[in-house]
Amino acid sequence: MLSILDVERIRADFPILSRKVRNGKRLIYFDNAATTQKPRQVIDAIYNYYMNYNANIHRAVHQLSEEATDAYEGSRAKVARFIDAKSDEIIFVRNATEAINLVAYAWGRANIKAGDTIVVSEMEHHSNVVPWQMLAKEKGARLHYIRIDYGDVTAADDDEKEGGGEGEGYRDGSLILDDLYHAISHVDVKLVAISHMSNVLGNINPVKEIVEICKDKDIRVLVDGAQSAPHMPIDMKDIGCDFFAFSAHKMLGPTGVGVLYAKREILDAMDPFIGGGDMIREVHKYDAVWNDLPWKFEAGTPNIADVIGFGAAIDYLDAIGMENVRAYEHELTEYMLSRLMEVKGLRLYGSREADRRGAVFSFNLADIHPHDLATILDEDGIAIRSGHHCAQPLMERLGVAATSRASLYIYNTREEIDRFIDSLERARLIFKVGG
Amino acid sequence: MSSADIYREIILDYYRNPRNYGRLEAPDVVVRDTNPLCGDEVEMHIKFEDGKIKDIRFNGKGCAISQASASMLTEMVMSKSLEEVKGLGKQDILEALGLPNLGPARIKCALLSLKVFKLGIYSYLAEKMGESEASSIKEEASRLF
Repeated sequence: MLSILDVERIRADFPILSRKVRNGKRLIYFDNAATTQKPRQVIDAIYNYYMNYNANIHRAVHQLSEEATDAYEGSRAKVARFIDAKSDEIIFVRNATEAINLVAYAWGRANIKAGDTIVVSEMEHHSNVVPWQMLAKEKGARLHYIRIDYGDVTAADDDEKEGGGEGEGYRDGSLILDDLYHAISHVDVKLVAISHMSNVLGNINPVKEIVEICKDKDIRVLVDGAQSAPHMPIDMKDIGCDFFAFSAHKMLGPTGVGVLYAKREILDAMDPFIGGGDMIREVHKYDAVWNDLPWKFEAGTPNIADVIGFGAAIDYLDAIGMENVRAYEHELTEYMLSRLMEVKGLRLYGSREADRRGAVFSFNLADIHPHDLATILDEDGIAIRSGHHCAQPLMERLGVAATSRASLYIYNTREEIDRFIDSLERARLIFKVGG
Repeated sequence: MSSADIYREIILDYYRNPRNYGRLEAPDVVVRDTNPLCGDEVEMHIKFEDGKIKDIRFNGKGCAISQASASMLTEMVMSKSLEEVKGLGKQDILEALGLPNLGPARIKCALLSLKVFKLGIYSYLAEKMGESEASSIKEEASRLF
């Protein structure tokens, strides 16, 4: 079957995908929302740095340091181009969590005061909830939730239905934007912190519309792009948000590198997050002058090797083209949705329209606990995730303790989806689920 | 060990029709613990009389292994003397489940209930005999995982 991507060629770049697991089964890696696999090009870039030009960056005059600095700053330029931002608006941190915490500490402490409101949503990852809880408690500010449109309309007779709990009036967990309108007209909202794509539901949120709503009210908008940046074209000029956070390891890059994008004027006005070397211009005995952007926010020796590796990951995605990544995943999503709907007793959470979601699928199958299901799938060589996915407020809202989650990427195939569905059917047999 | 071996009829039966599920009206001890890794949750209510487990109930949520093991454990200890149940160990639970070789990814699911039970015994004995006298049981519980 003709595909948008040459998937076999892509797969050949990922040595781990030919690995056998659990008694000789070929690995099917469906845990990409947790972390993706790395292509040889990324692994080689890191190896090459350590083998050939390992040196600290920015200060030394010798050749190795110059090469390392060029490669490190080259990655920054690539990331800036990738999201249509300027290089000095790109700050390297450890992961998306640290990026959000940087905003909470360096921007939040100076700009949030008692009585202010921070708006988040019910579908946020803990990394976009806990920093705001901490800040709100410290400052006496309030946290306000945008609810999700979700109703357990088919719970009573789920097992009777053909897969998915499909029925009249299915509510897909979209954000209830009226809650945001209500908040901004009633209380003093200073910040809206919202995920671009849910790591559980897969829903893509209308972040551009949210920025538009907040524009005239002097409200800052932080977008958690950890799940979106790997899977679709991202354009800071188009979205127009003030802050955007994402992680390298969820987009073919190494662990230990995250990115905070922030508008230059906001970064200019912000004090540093961590003090130390590299973030200063001058240090005297009792005071210091901060370095220029973005280094003002990068204290100490950074994760040079992995930032260079991340640059190779961006090159890899650029060569494929993010429009093509999105188009291929859209195709996989349509196929996955149609196959999941065939599985009896399966309840899928989140949107059922490929246009409105990414390839992250959370579900429960009859009364099989997600950990038991993951054990059965693992036996077939299929890696999925089970649990609360660091989104306990959302689990509470969905009325479940845990879900199973399959999340796909550019190297996954329809054939793998078929094997995954077969494995779900095997789980139904082992658990003697009726129907 | 294949999952067809793990999810045998008996485990599914205890998972779907748990024995001694619920709460006691006037328990001497209520103890609860979770497995933070996967969110399994077990709470036990225990009533003692004349050095014996007079009554015990459990409730919670989690996978088939964690819930079946909790239910089986309540049956194993019901009416037993404190002396008998103090010696209860990891292998006793795994054997009752029929899963002597359960892998590292799931063994915590199987042992959560034993940990909760041991903590229950500890908190009862600590009150009776003092914390230091009972501390060995607490150590045993924390060594489980």
